[in-house]
Amino acid sequence: MHALEKILAKASGKDTVKAGEIVICKVDLAQVNDLYLQVVESFEEMGGKRVWDPDKVVFVFDHYAPAPTIKSAKNHKAMREFVWKHGIKHLFDIDKGVCHQVMPEAGLVFPGMILVATDSHTTTHGAFGAFGTGVGATDLACILMSGELWFRVPEVVKIEIKGQVPRGVLPKDIILHILGKLGTDVAVYKAIEFTGEVVEGLDVAGRMVICNMAVEMGAKTSYIHPDDTTLNYLKGKGIDVNNIDIPVTDLDYSYSDTYTFDISDLSPQVAIPHSVDKVVPVDTLKGTKVDQVFIGSCTGGRLEDIEWAYKILNGRKINDKTRLVIIPASKEVFLNAIGRGYVQSLIEAGATFSSPGCGPCLGAHQGVIAPGEVCVTATNRNFPGRMGSTGADIYLASPATCAASALAGKIVDPREYIGEV
Amino acid sequence: MQRKISGKAFVFGDNIDTDQIYPGRYLELVAKTDIASHCMEGARPDFASELKQGGIVVAGRNFGCGSSREHAAITLKEAGASAIVAESFARIFFRNAINLGLPVITCPDILDKVKEGDLIEIDLLTGEINNITTKEKLQGQGLSEFVISILENGGIKPLFKQKYS
Repeated sequence: MHALEKILAKASGKDTVKAGEIVICKVDLAQVNDLYLQVVESFEEMGGKRVWDPDKVVFVFDHYAPAPTIKSAKNHKAMREFVWKHGIKHLFDIDKGVCHQVMPEAGLVFPGMILVATDSHTTTHGAFGAFGTGVGATDLACILMSGELWFRVPEVVKIEIKGQVPRGVLPKDIILHILGKLGTDVAVYKAIEFTGEVVEGLDVAGRMVICNMAVEMGAKTSYIHPDDTTLNYLKGKGIDVNNIDIPVTDLDYSYSDTYTFDISDLSPQVAIPHSVDKVVPVDTLKGTKVDQVFIGSCTGGRLEDIEWAYKILNGRKINDKTRLVIIPASKEVFLNAIGRGYVQSLIEAGATFSSPGCGPCLGAHQGVIAPGEVCVTATNRNFPGRMGSTGADIYLASPATCAASALAGKIVDPREYIGEV
Repeated sequence: MQRKISGKAFVFGDNIDTDQIYPGRYLELVAKTDIASHCMEGARPDFASELKQGGIVVAGRNFGCGSSREHAAITLKEAGASAIVAESFARIFFRNAINLGLPVITCPDILDKVKEGDLIEIDLLTGEINNITTKEKLQGQGLSEFVISILENGGIKPLFKQKYS
């Protein structure tokens, strides 16, 4: 069995499971974000009286934080009341940040667990060896009532990443490159395991970027086998790693597909409008005028991402016809960025900071874009209308490409701006 | 549950994502009628009114990719879609639709054989699709017993309601 199959087998009380089988699993952590008052409505519609285990439920207010409209404020209010009424242990209110960042920071994510959230980017938690998957509101309401959910055991696609990471090439460039080669539906109904020397060499933040975007290939979940990097991160979050049972994939496990990428010659990559898999080297877009740059979200709002912006923009001014919006993925990220002087430097360079949350990534607020505008963004989706007007063009890129493009006012190769960085 | 569903086909392409089905700026809406009024707005702005008489949505690969938003399935159901046939579905959308009692059928070459406005009939159990307009038959994938049992109960909500009442 694959490690992911062992997770599902254990959670469903079976000795073995196989791909295609439907199993009913106990869920270790269920998370609801603030797009989904429907979870509460479905819970009540189905006659829910009590939450199965209030300690295993997390509410995060991130997509509309702080509330931009009266409707979203009312949704927050109703969700807070639900949390308090049912004694739910974890409420990350509007000050905390994006769900996929705040849960690991709070020590709630660990190898071998099943984490289900009302958010497609729950694949992020494969970076910790967890089985993380996104569902809709009604599925989540079913978990709140029963503590269980049905799953189809997925086949596993193996993606091996080899070579030396070139200067100026970030984890975002690597995953965009893979997406461009394999397409948006290569792993529909399947899981993706990322492996190889490049993955082993990545820090936790880089692994989170890779696993985060696995869903853009259709994946149900993603997986990186936990190693010392993972365990050191978990220890830092107060998790007793000696008490965690880390499942290991059997040597005779047969992957449904295997792909190998050597990234030694890779250059910075960009996904052009309007699909995540329309990926080209940044050089082919050089000179494209940019109206707004966004650095933030569960893909590109970590300290490492803001640090790239700092390295490129410190002591400089962004182009006077370009806006740069930066939204730290969490309060912890924000405080660290302030502590290191990044925030002051970037504000002086012309950046607009907003409080932690998803911001304009999904077109809700804090920097949506107008018809005819071009946005270069460190986020994960460039679908038509994703960040505001359907008449706008969204280019997905690494935070380094984003920062350099804000400086130049047009899409540029960040390697020309990073000097000896 | 009706085993056979027939209706006029409304045809869309590949990778119809959840932002096209239901733009993110409307995610704060909760009432079903409000959600229905923005159906497919990002792909075909007047679709909600076109669908008033009902119909079957036909699409290419990876229908419903992107966000986990249940609004995407709710808007199609409430706007009047009686089923969706696509060459493939993104899994969260697939789950959401089944949970709501909206049948979704996978049929690999549907876009080659069904044009906008064709009258089609779907057999949910066998996956057979009959294009009544062109008199062509296609073979899609029938739904698993587990999924059929959810649809037969009108979605997951009535099932849970029964179990927890």
